[in-house]
Amino acid sequence: MRTALTALLALWLAGAATAQEADAPAGMIEYGEPVPTFPDPSQRQRVIAAIAKSKDRPVEQVVAGLSRDSVAITASFDGSEILIYGAIKRETPIPDGPPLQIIVTVEAPSRPLTIWRKERKAGIWINTEKVEIGAAPGFYAVATSGPMSDILQEDWDRRYRISLPLALRAYAGKLAVDDAVPFTEALIRLRESNGLYRLDEGSVKLVDQTLFRADVRLPANLIEGDYKTRIFLLRDGQVMDVYRAPIDVRKVGLERWLYRLAFDQPLLYGLMSLAVAVIAGWGASAAFRKLRRA
Amino acid sequence: MQIFLPIAEVSVNAFTLVGLGGLVGLMSGLFGVGGGFLITPLLFFIGIPPAIAVATGANQVVASSVSGVLAHVKRKTVDFRMGGVLLAGGLVGSGLGVWVFTILQEVGQVDLVVQLCYVVFLGLIGAMMLQESVRALRRSKNPTYRKRSHQHMWVHRWPGKMKFRASGLYISVIPPLLVGVAVGVLAAIMGVGGGFIMVPAMIYLLGVPTKVVVGTSLFQITFVTAFTTVMHAVSYNTVDIMLAVLLIVGGVVGAQIGTTLGARLRAEQLRILLALLVLLVCGKLALDLFLRPDDLYSITTEAR
Repeated sequence: MRTALTALLALWLAGAATAQEADAPAGMIEYGEPVPTFPDPSQRQRVIAAIAKSKDRPVEQVVAGLSRDSVAITASFDGSEILIYGAIKRETPIPDGPPLQIIVTVEAPSRPLTIWRKERKAGIWINTEKVEIGAAPGFYAVATSGPMSDILQEDWDRRYRISLPLALRAYAGKLAVDDAVPFTEALIRLRESNGLYRLDEGSVKLVDQTLFRADVRLPANLIEGDYKTRIFLLRDGQVMDVYRAPIDVRKVGLERWLYRLAFDQPLLYGLMSLAVAVIAGWGASAAFRKLRRA
Repeated sequence: MQIFLPIAEVSVNAFTLVGLGGLVGLMSGLFGVGGGFLITPLLFFIGIPPAIAVATGANQVVASSVSGVLAHVKRKTVDFRMGGVLLAGGLVGSGLGVWVFTILQEVGQVDLVVQLCYVVFLGLIGAMMLQESVRALRRSKNPTYRKRSHQHMWVHRWPGKMKFRASGLYISVIPPLLVGVAVGVLAAIMGVGGGFIMVPAMIYLLGVPTKVVVGTSLFQITFVTAFTTVMHAVSYNTVDIMLAVLLIVGGVVGAQIGTTLGARLRAEQLRILLALLVLLVCGKLALDLFLRPDDLYSITTEAR
């Protein structure tokens, strides 16, 4: 079973990255193991360890702050704006070479989902084929200081799973279709049109290769959870340093109370919903009777 | 004014929801249908997740049907005994329907079966009602035609006869029980109260006078949807009370207006309107099945 999955994944990877060279550079993740789910902490640890081995300490480091580290979802919540700002710390003069670049990602917790494709069967359109995704973020925004293809090398992208197609790459179970690529493309297309997945190329402002700022808009239809912010410092398409910060997205007040009640005391919640409906119905009936008599 | 729904986890316009509730409430008061067959697809259309649309729709139907049935109780147009028999059958049918639904889910063809059910049943009932009510309207314009006071159909020869005073019927309890079961099964599968199936079934199969059909149907729907609401809340946590309140505000007002309006319209005209409405919804759903969709792909997220 495991080997079958690995083989399938390897096949798909080969299909997705046709131009990719076979001999991966040192420190590259090896996929000769069960289908990775995203995020996979152990894998990331190994990547960080690999980087630490290759370079003792990055010459240039990111220091960053967020305008807010928590977002409160209230009844009137209509989205939120987060300012991510920071500077590049270095003890030597700015090294020669191509200019620095910044990529900022903001990511919601992942949930499993299924992508369906409709097909015409006996004249009607019905869902026939599906691809199950083990974990896909409910929100994923990528802001960059330049075009992705220019500033990020593919193997570094794969190592950190920065671009969207890579962030989603984790199939649940055996693939039942020959080619899963159109399915993941459809997922990205549908979520992009809802504003849940975003790529804003060139939206990060970088001043004198030292100061930067990025504005990331969180949409109104957010899910609750621990969001992750990552800031990548790049030069020549390679990741020099990564800075991580959490954003806590939580329901508050009435929203929180109702949500907790619905999940902790479902019977009480159900009866309360019913009571609201019955009282409203009875109230309206009584009010209209008075109105008619008057 | 945007409002964030705690369970659905989406932000929607509050006025849109009140308006939607009002529209469905109007139908409810006018025709004795719960409006579930309208509200569920409409909620889905504005971006509410399907499971939440079904469960919260049921809760909104409770409110508008309570509102509607109380107005009918005042006018003495509810046959409680008939309603009780239908309800007993309905609860049994609902249990059966949930069982069938679970099987369909395992096979993975729920969406298709639900959609086909809508198209087939709405189409059949709509066509039947339209034909019948157009004929009735012609008859009423012709004064020489005299309606038979008692139509003896095969159902009248069954055992276990019971008096349904408000309906002026003396028939076996088996047919209304069976109608209740059938409506319950369909209601559970299609996620609706079942009024749009029950109203025609009462008129054409049981021979219940049109005057008490609407109130009696609403009486039964109130209990079935109340049961559904609590079941969904307990087993799937999919009732969004904030969404329900907004729909209800519009719905109860709409139901009252509908009931008042219904008392002024003639029964035959009412039936033509309902038939046209049913056919309209059926046509829209059929088109969705037959026309190429805008996007062949769709996403379903797992229930939490």
